[in-house]
Amino acid sequence: MKINAILMSCKDDVVTALTDISANEEIVYELNGQEKSIRAVSDIPKFHKAAIRQINRGEPVNKYGEKIGYATENINAGEHVHRHNLASSL
Amino acid sequence: MKFYGYRRSDGRVGVRNHVVVIPGVLCSSGAAEKIARKVEGTMFVYNPHGCAQTSADSAITTEIISGLIANGNVYGALIVGLGCEQIQKDTYLSAIRKKTDKPVFYISIQDLGGVRKTIEKGIEIASRLVEEASSCQRTECDISELILGLECGGSDPTSGISSNVVLGKAVDVLIDAGGTAVLAETPEAIGAEDILKSRGSTPEVGQKMYDMVKRCEKMFFDYGQDVRKSNPSPGNIKSGITTLEEKSLGCVHKSGTRPFNAAIEYGEMINCRGLVFMDGTAYDVASVVSLVAGGAQVVAFTTGCGTPVGNPIAPVIKITGNRETFIKLNDMIDFDTSGSISGEMSIDELSEKLLDYIIEVCNGEPVKAEINEMFEMAINQFGSYV
Repeated sequence: MKINAILMSCKDDVVTALTDISANEEIVYELNGQEKSIRAVSDIPKFHKAAIRQINRGEPVNKYGEKIGYATENINAGEHVHRHNLASSL
Repeated sequence: MKFYGYRRSDGRVGVRNHVVVIPGVLCSSGAAEKIARKVEGTMFVYNPHGCAQTSADSAITTEIISGLIANGNVYGALIVGLGCEQIQKDTYLSAIRKKTDKPVFYISIQDLGGVRKTIEKGIEIASRLVEEASSCQRTECDISELILGLECGGSDPTSGISSNVVLGKAVDVLIDAGGTAVLAETPEAIGAEDILKSRGSTPEVGQKMYDMVKRCEKMFFDYGQDVRKSNPSPGNIKSGITTLEEKSLGCVHKSGTRPFNAAIEYGEMINCRGLVFMDGTAYDVASVVSLVAGGAQVVAFTTGCGTPVGNPIAPVIKITGNRETFIKLNDMIDFDTSGSISGEMSIDELSEKLLDYIIEVCNGEPVKAEINEMFEMAINQFGSYV
């Protein structure tokens, strides 16, 4: 399968889509040289984020190996992560 | 890792061999520019200040001009003043002498009796400096003598996921080999201050970086700018950036992952090795100038949209993760990291290639900004003319 997303750090909860990914397509990324995939449950626009695991409401969301905010809703693996379910912790 | 550079009498190393002509004040810049134009092999460095500044701004101008002259890329300098301006000959020369013992000359228009005589005298001095500089030879230098400035501008979504990541990885390798890299965009670290704090090599360095970011945010707030409300911008949000932390991390990421050994003021001379944080500005021209004034001989500049900005003293390497930008604006971009997005190359491969390219530039390979003769100058100022 062709890689269509990038994981910035192995500590991350989200990947960044490198192309537009439609719901039900596979999100394919690399982790420590190994290909991983997860089914998209919503459309992920190019350069937007998708969750690679279940994130519960109130939990921190990590990208670049650091916290970029917290989940304002329960987020399913494969779901688009943006303003509707992620907010700044600042 | 080695490169071939010019070893200076003050112990610093340069990757270019410039003779610079700098106006001490804007009023004498016309005369200074004429001297530089008439003497082949000189570089004119624009200085828009030197007078009518608050004492704090005047100190910044002095720090930057003296720092640029002290940069290892400079063989020698001629400062052309007017005579009655705020930053006097002695102020410049004593600031320069604290940093370097290289050849520096100062002339002024009121002292020499007009523009024509100043230009004549300036041509004589500059010609002599160029002749002396031409006998300098490159010698083998260790990578530990290299200071790499880090900058981003005209960012787009590829910056955070490609070019800054590749650069960050190259910075880690450079630091591990004993080299130095400097990050200097305080306003763009607003939201990442806690992360910077945790990356200090000591709690003191971490706290200093944290305080610098907080000071910057407060200053903006006092000017009526609430960075937290205006960021991420609508454009950022459309392109997938959700929070301020995320935006700031994308920028800080290009400094790699090693601890910061020092936190220094805008344009202050870099006197340590490893990773350094400089309290810089968001305006990329004035930021590049401060990195070079601090001693960076080369600047690595990531850009998504593409910018032609260069510097009169140091090569500025343009790096993009956006393939369309690399193709469309090819005469101003040096390095393409988009292979990490298309999957053609890994981040590790690209960072290795980037580091090789940086060494080539150190050895004399001209970058696009040098070929295009893009030699922008700006100095960060806080107050109005006084």
